[in-house]
Amino acid sequence: MYRLSVLLCLSLLPALAAAEFSGNVAVEGQVFSEAPQSAEQFDENLTLSFQPHWDGRWNDGDDLWSVELFMRADNKDAGREHADVREALWLHIDRDSEWRVGINTMFWGVTESRHLVDVINQTDAVENIDGEDKLGQPMVHLKRYQDWGVLDLLVLPGFRERTFHQAEGRLRPPLVIDADQAAYESSAEDRHVDYAMRFSQTYDNLDLGLSWFKGTSRDPLLLPGVDAEGNAILTPFYEQMAQFGIDAQWIVADWIWKLEAIRREAESNDFNAYTAGFEYSFYGVFGSDTDLGAIVEYSNDSRPKNEASVLDDDVFVGGRFAFNDAQSSEILAGFFVDAENRSRSFRVEGSRRVGASWKATLELQTFSNIDPADQLAALADDDFMRLEMAYYF
Amino acid sequence: MLDLKPLILLAALIAPALAAAQSAEDRGLQIVRAADAYDRGFADFAADMTMTLKNRAGDTSRRLIRIEMLEVEGDGDRSLSIFDEPADVKGTKMLTYSHGLEPDDQWLYLPALKRVKRISSRNKSGPFMGSTFAFEDLGSQEVEKFTYRYLRDEPCGEFVCHVIEFFPAYEYSGYTREVVWMDGEAYRVFKVDYYDRKKTLLKTLTTSEFKQYLGHYWRPGRMEMVDHQTGKSTLLEWSNYRFRTGLDEADFRSQALKRID
Repeated sequence: MYRLSVLLCLSLLPALAAAEFSGNVAVEGQVFSEAPQSAEQFDENLTLSFQPHWDGRWNDGDDLWSVELFMRADNKDAGREHADVREALWLHIDRDSEWRVGINTMFWGVTESRHLVDVINQTDAVENIDGEDKLGQPMVHLKRYQDWGVLDLLVLPGFRERTFHQAEGRLRPPLVIDADQAAYESSAEDRHVDYAMRFSQTYDNLDLGLSWFKGTSRDPLLLPGVDAEGNAILTPFYEQMAQFGIDAQWIVADWIWKLEAIRREAESNDFNAYTAGFEYSFYGVFGSDTDLGAIVEYSNDSRPKNEASVLDDDVFVGGRFAFNDAQSSEILAGFFVDAENRSRSFRVEGSRRVGASWKATLELQTFSNIDPADQLAALADDDFMRLEMAYYF
Repeated sequence: MLDLKPLILLAALIAPALAAAQSAEDRGLQIVRAADAYDRGFADFAADMTMTLKNRAGDTSRRLIRIEMLEVEGDGDRSLSIFDEPADVKGTKMLTYSHGLEPDDQWLYLPALKRVKRISSRNKSGPFMGSTFAFEDLGSQEVEKFTYRYLRDEPCGEFVCHVIEFFPAYEYSGYTREVVWMDGEAYRVFKVDYYDRKKTLLKTLTTSEFKQYLGHYWRPGRMEMVDHQTGKSTLLEWSNYRFRTGLDEADFRSQALKRID
């Protein structure tokens, strides 16, 4: 037995020894400019993150493996301290199909300000309020290339609960969300097996995607509850849902018109939501090397305002400046405004390479003119600035 | 016996006149067509590229890019660029389907978001990765992308070069014309002068260290692009050229960008 395992290890060594190692280590400081809603919340914090990645190949590149981890330590915010396996994957490539088995992170969709169609991975919500950080999802994923389009078939065993800020954290609702009291509609709880399918095809200047998902909703309902000391809190409740999604983009010269729309059916509510808009590119603005992408998108949600998501009737207007310099400097600035109550959130994010291996990112987020009835009211006092210095290797 | 002497004499007199009747435009097109025909049939190649950017003060920064190229019959070539350095963009990929005069199709894969983004490809004159190379300088060379005018023949190093003007026929070029030095034997481009929209000299490309592959196709080992107006320059050093590696259309699908490598 001992000899067998030694042999097995030795036979795997070439693939492992050929592993490529990369990743980043980052220090991030955060400052909130206004007094918090609750005295226990912090005003500034310092956090360290580490994201190592290994990958390798064998079988002449037809088989690949990759592992990506993510870890964050925080001096004040226990809710942001977490570790996750973003990727632990075996990928097998045939001419017209690809198999992915293991944990993976994937993205579906086309719009910039909101990602409705992207339902496979749970949001790592303590990372950022833009919802673009995701937790690794266990899956068996077959991708088939056909003449008439690309078909993705996914079986998703196991569910990841959303991450939440704890009592001392900012950017949370007035009541603390107790993730330990998470409940499920399905008796299988987080072991429920979900299914998803996607068809996508490019027709000349039109890219079209149709997707379907059935399983545990990644977006929990937040129900009133009490903690061990009898304080009022919120508890996440994960329903079963079915979602049909469509994403499309149409490229017309410097214009890219985009649409994402979903129909979601669950016990609590059946609803429709969509995000639609365009990105228009200006090249070499004012005779410089700078490119500007102007983005306008509108988001709508058919649920009543108090049940809908934050972006229920909101316009996003933004611009992406790419300076095309040696440091790859970029600025993305934009704001959301609620068409009905005029609540506004503004965000600017700038980044620049420093030397060969460092990257500095500055983020500024403000909330203004917030209507107390808007879902953004929870974040009304949480304007912040965030500076990150990341070392890449 | 028919006396052919007057006829031969006549032909000898007419031939140079006929040759002169071929316009400089036709002669330019003829040479470029021959160059295009010479390079056809390579099927595919892969190579590694080190790009060194240098500013006026002499500061340098480096990019490592792997390139894969597929020849497509009846359309422009397909190319895939995979970035290995700088480390913060490692794993970023750019896929281009070039289409002669039609705008290219272009996709960008952003590994941090695991997202394939279709991008507008009209950005011909913008700098590639902050370098002095514009997208249009690195794009696939198709005959119909330019109109031509033959200027003269002159010695270039150990060869004799045709000197030809290229006038961009596609929209949104940053140039009014390019002057190209190309040898008449294997059509290697040794030098290009680029003239901006104000018709002043903007950049000069010089190439060297040519090597022949498959006993036919020539590729330069060094390409240096100097921007005369900013004092910046960019050096491309090519290595590890491999031809006919078995790449096919399946390797250039936009969704295949999501594969790890």
